[in-house]
Amino acid sequence: MENLEIILPEIFLSLTIMFLLLFGVFKKNSSKLIYNLTTISLIILFALLLNLYQVSDLSIFNNSYKIDSLATFMKLLTIGSGIFVMLTSSRYIEINNINKMEYPILILSSILGMMVMISSNDLIVFYMGLELQSLALYVLASFNRENLLSTESGLKYFVLSALSSGLLLYGCSLIYGFSGSTNFNTILENSSSGQYGITFGIVFILVGLAFKISAVPFHMWAPDVYQGSPTSVTTFFAVLPKIAALSVFIRFLYVPFAEMDDQWQMIIIFLSIASMIFGAVAAIGQKNLKRLIAYSSIGHMGYSLTGLAAGTNQGIQGSISYIAIYLVMNLAFFSCMFMLRRNNEYYESIEDLSGLSKNHPLLSFSLLIILFSLAGIPPLAGFFAKFYVFMAVIEQKMYFLAIVGLLSTVIAAFYYLRIIKIIYFDKEKEKFETDHHLGLKFTLAVSTIFILAYFIYPSGLTEIVSKINII
Amino acid sequence: MDFPIISSLIILPTIGALFIIFTKSSNNKYQSSKYVALFISLANFILSIYLWLIFDKSSVNFQFVENREWLSGFINYKVGVDGISILFILLTTFITPICIISVISTIKHRLKDFLIAILIMETLMIGVFCSLDLIIFYLFFEGGLIPMFLIIGIWGGERRVYSAFKFFLYTLLGSVLMLIAIISIYWISGTTDVEKLYEIGIGEQYQKLLWLAFFSSFAVKTPMWPVHTWLPDAHVEAPTAGSVLLAAILLKMAGYGFIRFSVGLFPIASEYFVPLVFALSLIAIIYTSLVALMQEDMKKLIAYSSVAHMGFVTLGIFTMTQQGIEGSIFQMISHGLVSAALFLSVGVVYDRNHTRLIKKYGGLVTVMPKYGIVFMIFALGSLGLPGTSGFIGEFLILMGTFKKSFLVATIASLGVILGAAYILWMYKRVVFGEIIHEEIKSMKDLKKFELLILILLAIPIIFFGFYPEPLINSIETSVTSLIDNYNTNLTQSIAKK
Repeated sequence: MENLEIILPEIFLSLTIMFLLLFGVFKKNSSKLIYNLTTISLIILFALLLNLYQVSDLSIFNNSYKIDSLATFMKLLTIGSGIFVMLTSSRYIEINNINKMEYPILILSSILGMMVMISSNDLIVFYMGLELQSLALYVLASFNRENLLSTESGLKYFVLSALSSGLLLYGCSLIYGFSGSTNFNTILENSSSGQYGITFGIVFILVGLAFKISAVPFHMWAPDVYQGSPTSVTTFFAVLPKIAALSVFIRFLYVPFAEMDDQWQMIIIFLSIASMIFGAVAAIGQKNLKRLIAYSSIGHMGYSLTGLAAGTNQGIQGSISYIAIYLVMNLAFFSCMFMLRRNNEYYESIEDLSGLSKNHPLLSFSLLIILFSLAGIPPLAGFFAKFYVFMAVIEQKMYFLAIVGLLSTVIAAFYYLRIIKIIYFDKEKEKFETDHHLGLKFTLAVSTIFILAYFIYPSGLTEIVSKINII
Repeated sequence: MDFPIISSLIILPTIGALFIIFTKSSNNKYQSSKYVALFISLANFILSIYLWLIFDKSSVNFQFVENREWLSGFINYKVGVDGISILFILLTTFITPICIISVISTIKHRLKDFLIAILIMETLMIGVFCSLDLIIFYLFFEGGLIPMFLIIGIWGGERRVYSAFKFFLYTLLGSVLMLIAIISIYWISGTTDVEKLYEIGIGEQYQKLLWLAFFSSFAVKTPMWPVHTWLPDAHVEAPTAGSVLLAAILLKMAGYGFIRFSVGLFPIASEYFVPLVFALSLIAIIYTSLVALMQEDMKKLIAYSSVAHMGFVTLGIFTMTQQGIEGSIFQMISHGLVSAALFLSVGVVYDRNHTRLIKKYGGLVTVMPKYGIVFMIFALGSLGLPGTSGFIGEFLILMGTFKKSFLVATIASLGVILGAAYILWMYKRVVFGEIIHEEIKSMKDLKKFELLILILLAIPIIFFGFYPEPLINSIETSVTSLIDNYNTNLTQSIAKK
């Protein structure tokens, strides 16, 4: 039983969820209180995890649950961005009347699912975490149930995601059938690359995972769901599930199937090239900011997969750095979107940004920094994200992948520039309101400064990430 | 460690920019911002002069080197100067205050933002010229896109959006290939430190591809034919100060890059690609001079002339002779001054008459005699009349080219004649002749500050035309060592075969 203390964060989170649920049921009109309690419990969770940071490489529950530097770092990222998502969206959910007590509880259960996913070292544990996460997300997507788009997006996400979960389960059963175990380490011992059943299993599971991070060609749900869901949920969608899915990607590819990289490497390369190009090209014609960011996130996922394709520790570290920097940029971008408010209505079309720089110089400056960083222009943080990934790719002499990737950044730069053009070069419109929630301002300030000043001390992130050695 | 003078040069303008961001001006005149920007840029100029004075001109090594750990273990922040880069730093710090004076007195719309953009730009440009690590170089080189995009886009003319996009995407496209090459160099040689790379060299089998990747970036930035088309668009739409920055300094980054990286790091590939560069340079000289002859817009004409002048520069660099490379560096400095002055001169009449079309002018000399004189100096400087700095550069380049190939030199000399033709013809149509248009009669002669900045630019143009020694003296040792290094590499490679 002495092992229980290392899963203290998970236990704490489960208890919090139950307590808050009961609390919400028995006390009327407590949604605001529960929301704040949720934020506080996330902060406590973050502290608990930090405390665990020294623990390295422990397996518990019959080797099906792993606590190592990868798991702890990814959980910290997840919970850290969870805190910021909560901070940014409090005003939004009030104004849009979705501040029900279930909202924060669903977010917490989704985070619990992600934590299980990140630590899983077993197909069944992994699937449990995935479903816990997804079920909460289906409800969150359609949380604004009076809004047609929101219900549509929830349903769409549910149907397509259930399909992908089915494929994923099928893949799990194939692998179980051919290797005789669901445990990642046992699979490694029992499998050899000659078994076609296992290869099929890998393909099915990769399809399921690619769906979760919306990599091309399993991306169709992303734009609709991003646009339809309430913006607060979109923020959540754009960041957290991707961290969890990426760590599963890493663990799934590099623990049981590390030696079969000839089988899956081509798949990852295809997914990343297709996502990079499609994300860049399809975003050009978009008019809605949320749709645009959906396509942009498809592209960004392509870049982070690029690192995995390299098949080295450096590549994995590149991917992790990429996702870490990406989440900061996305949080910053969505914070800006929450600031586009006029008479209790939020604006989300690109045209609404027209001439923003004249009335709101600071907000526009942040957007400028964020967009150039998303485009990967040095010396902003987004450049370093790409730099780490391509360092790893070029080390493996995968020049084709590197050239395609960097050329698609040029295409992608075009649509980011278009937004900047609208903000800075076009005629101004009416002013937006400026009284924002303190948490929102704080998030925007912190993330913008991070992006802008990252180049002064880039070793910080690399040093942390370099401790993660999977292979 | 001594006082980090190079880092101070780099960081000072940014501090000024931050200061301007955080000062709130109560009225719309931005008095404090103006003074801060001017003061900071002048301070930086004085600092760079000081650097030039204490710089040891007889030493081959990089001086004032600062080497700090930056990206845990594998990339260091390394800056330093040699005889070549110090001249470009001086050019940058000299042009920036001139730009700021011109901006302060002509731009009314969002002046504060413009000053911030110029100061940030200065930081990045100085950074380019003194970085001694390829990654650091790339950061500064690409970072310059952001402020320049905004300068063209916010303060530009009618088609500013198109031009800004074209400028940005063209340069970005060229540069990403360079990034791939830089990362490859890291994995091939284990370092991106320029000084170390000079010592250990880069494997012969990789050089050609790497050279092409660097070339793709520098060729766009130079700009060389056929990727020069962004330049006329960008110049025409950019505000006067933007054009000045672009022509005087941004284009020089590429020429500097050719000398420092293409020739310095890949000598064997450079030798191999000499015919390609010669051909492109000759086309640039002859073709763009002819195009310039037909222009109706003054700024466009000067922009095309810049392409032609930069053609001379690339020609000179790839002659790999002492005269050729020295001439190229001299030509870049001289072109930096002359083109800045020409754009400012066009800006002067544009502010009064709001058109840049040549046919809308004529007979300016009767209403603006002072303007006629200074404009004459710059026109002559541009065509390379003996006694101006333009002559020294072109003369040295042609001398170097004659050593290498008689035919190439002869064709290039034709470019000099064409250069005289288009600039003098424009001058004649604008300044001489009879006044046809009524608006011209009411145009006033140069104001004090206009005269001041134009004279400030005219002094070095004439001074270095008569006495080029200080500049040549500063670059001589560095160029000699560059060529020595180049030749040893070549002989070694031949000996191996």
